[in-house]
Amino acid sequence: MSQEIKSAVIFDRVSKAFGPKQVLRDVSFEVPGGEILCILGRSGTGKSVTLKLLISLLKPDHGKIWVDGIEITRLKEADLSKVRRKMGFLFQDAALFDSFTLYENLALPLHRLTDKTQDEIDSIVDRVLGQVGLAGDKQKMPSDLSGGMRKRAGLARALVLEPKVLLADEPSSGLDRITAAEIDELLLRQKADRGTTVIVVTHDVHGARRIGNRFAVFDKGDLVAFGAASDVEQSENETARKLISEH
Amino acid sequence: MFKPIEFIGKVSVFALRVLHDAFRAPFEGAQISRQLAAVGYESLPLVIASGFALGTVMTLHTRSTLVTFGAGSMIPTVQALAFFVEIGPLVSGLLVAGRVGSGIGAVLANMRATEQIDGIESLSIDAFKLLVVPRVAACVLALPLLTIFMDFSGLLGGFLSEFSSSRISLQLYIDRAFADFDWANFIPPTVKTAVFGFIIGTVSAFFGYTTNEGAKGVGKAATNSVVVSSLLIILADVILIKCIFFAFPDNAL
Repeated sequence: MSQEIKSAVIFDRVSKAFGPKQVLRDVSFEVPGGEILCILGRSGTGKSVTLKLLISLLKPDHGKIWVDGIEITRLKEADLSKVRRKMGFLFQDAALFDSFTLYENLALPLHRLTDKTQDEIDSIVDRVLGQVGLAGDKQKMPSDLSGGMRKRAGLARALVLEPKVLLADEPSSGLDRITAAEIDELLLRQKADRGTTVIVVTHDVHGARRIGNRFAVFDKGDLVAFGAASDVEQSENETARKLISEH
Repeated sequence: MFKPIEFIGKVSVFALRVLHDAFRAPFEGAQISRQLAAVGYESLPLVIASGFALGTVMTLHTRSTLVTFGAGSMIPTVQALAFFVEIGPLVSGLLVAGRVGSGIGAVLANMRATEQIDGIESLSIDAFKLLVVPRVAACVLALPLLTIFMDFSGLLGGFLSEFSSSRISLQLYIDRAFADFDWANFIPPTVKTAVFGFIIGTVSAFFGYTTNEGAKGVGKAATNSVVVSSLLIILADVILIKCIFFAFPDNAL
């Protein structure tokens, strides 16, 4: 149990299927607090499902999941809400609320979930948008933003409640290398400045090796390798070795 | 394969959740206002134009028959009763089901497909309360108001049609239209459209909110919203008319 409390996230023999398709099979891993875990794998191997299980947008068929010392698989909605407040989720396509301005997207959780005054909320929104380089764009609608800007806006929304655990689903997909590097830099800064635990699903091996402390490689629903880059490079699994390779 | 019993069960649970969450804080005033503008204000031109055209056409059709039987003076009365008691409420409901129901279904299905609903849930915000309840509330509040506009625009269309034939004055037309009119001819039929609004909002939101078919589900949700809302409105109309006759027996005579 002491191990459970030290780790920010624990997956314990988690399985998930959609109809006949087994997406995750008996997956177990732990992520210590303040580390960055990069999840690699071919498409359709359960990486994004892992993130959605972590924030309880999906429920596992079997197994248990702990976040910040709390077992979330059996929580009721009200208790789950308290755990989710400790987490931020950057969706692959940002998933910004498209009928709200950028400011409203960020202010919404602050209005709903905190007792902060309007001035405090304005100040937080300005600060977080400044961190992601969108300070001058807060009155824009999501449809007016480019792909890279949307991604940064999604990251800003994920950070606005200062989460302990940040989940990012392909944060650099569809972005040029410079913008992708900027996103990686923002994730690193979260870890360094606030000790945030970050779990990133990515296909960008270069970026992953730059920011990740640990790596998890999924193949056909199984966790085939887990550990530091050097551990995965020496894995017996060929897919894992290929995926972690920069060449 | 379509399973009607399962569908009825799921929609009923969805509707009960709407009712439960509607009376639970926070009350989403800002969202309801936004939706009222979308459902009510933006539907006004369609409702007024349709009411006016229907009123005109109805007078054109009924005039010859009533005049043949020496009941030409009854034209305004027939027009007012027909619109206030049945045509106004039912046609408003069907028009809003077409315009608003498809919109609600498509918007929510698109939000589901683009993970916006998951995004809201991931922020610990109750997406159902934020997205579904205001839309249903706006439909419930807007429908009776739109019906009143439909009723009076229908009457105006009828007057202009009759004026072009008999040069009747507006004062006389109104006097005749409301001569045998009772509040029971106006209030219950208008209030019943709140039920139509609840049906449109709930059914459309159900199809949009619960879809999991990605982009394909958007079109499907829009179509199903209109078809099922319209059918349920007609069915509810029959039941509600029976209820109104039970509560106001004089209206049934």
